[in-house]
Amino acid sequence: MSASVLSRTAWVVMAVCGAGAVWAQKTASDSIAEYRAMLQDGNPADLFEAKGEDLWKQVRGPNKVSLEKCDLGKGPGVVNGAWVELPRYFADMQQLQDLESRLLTCMETLQGFDAQTIRNTPYGKGEQTNITALATWVASLSKGLAFKLPQAHAEEKRLFELGRQLFYYRAGSHDFSCATCHSQDNKRIRLQDLPNLTTNAGAGLGFGAWPAYRVSNGQMWGMQLRLNDCYRQQRFPYAQFGTEAGIALSVFMGVTAAGVPTTAPAIRR
Amino acid sequence: MADPMRIRAQAAGSKINVRVLMSHEMESGQRKDVNGAPIPAWHIQEVSATHNGAEVLSAEWGPGVSKNPYLQFTVKNGKAGDKISVTWKDNKGESRTDEATVS
Repeated sequence: MSASVLSRTAWVVMAVCGAGAVWAQKTASDSIAEYRAMLQDGNPADLFEAKGEDLWKQVRGPNKVSLEKCDLGKGPGVVNGAWVELPRYFADMQQLQDLESRLLTCMETLQGFDAQTIRNTPYGKGEQTNITALATWVASLSKGLAFKLPQAHAEEKRLFELGRQLFYYRAGSHDFSCATCHSQDNKRIRLQDLPNLTTNAGAGLGFGAWPAYRVSNGQMWGMQLRLNDCYRQQRFPYAQFGTEAGIALSVFMGVTAAGVPTTAPAIRR
Repeated sequence: MADPMRIRAQAAGSKINVRVLMSHEMESGQRKDVNGAPIPAWHIQEVSATHNGAEVLSAEWGPGVSKNPYLQFTVKNGKAGDKISVTWKDNKGESRTDEATVS
């Protein structure tokens, strides 16, 4: 019997050595892709997926009920394929919601949690980690399906337009917009390829990958935290959980990605 | 309670290929928090695996193993339908055991 313990750190070392040895034939992004493929086999997102499934079925909160009656847009309890149609307009809330903010609404209306407290909880702490795990599981049940965000409602059209404007909106101490990094092909930050979010394929690649497990910090990140961190790098004001700006950007990316199959829960640097 | 492991065990000829993903913080004890106070070590110390109840692997782990560790090993003389069970125990005394059926 042979045994090998392969820590994440070991994989990184191997990937880096590999890249050095064959530098002449392969580009840096080829090697990064190879490293990701190696990690994909043991993607720890699986752990969050399992946790999310458990949380969905678990009796929780002051009302002592599960989330199994939660309406993610395709009727109460329908999870399969729900994520590729989000964000969408919800008549009960009279606003657009993405997956994570919709899950929070269900936790409030069904289970009796205080939504405002959870909204103010920092990402990665307390109930926020549970929302991320739930989102990971819900997204996993849409894996490989094509994005088809609804655009029939006037609000859905308004947020697409708002998201488009926000995407190109330059501001802050660095005079940055989302478009600064994400509107050209084949750009990268350090060794990370940046998807061109103005194209159909690029938006699908970027928007369709989150929730994703980040190897560098060992954290599972949802789209809201991803956008929050983009805004942080742009030196923009802190993007609160569920902010309309984040929903609007999600609608812009999701509609642009129409027809592209999803890959979430993915693995990222 | 600790979150469950993901165990995948697949038969290939007379061997079983086992891949395990464990959910653990694996704090090394070397890091400091925002106030500069050391974060106490909290990591898996013992790992063992059984094949139909008989021990086939035992390992001692330390703080150098990453968060959410991944373990892969091969068991000889196995077939589909066999049971593979994996147990870990950390330095706080917490432990977790999960079982998978070989496919």
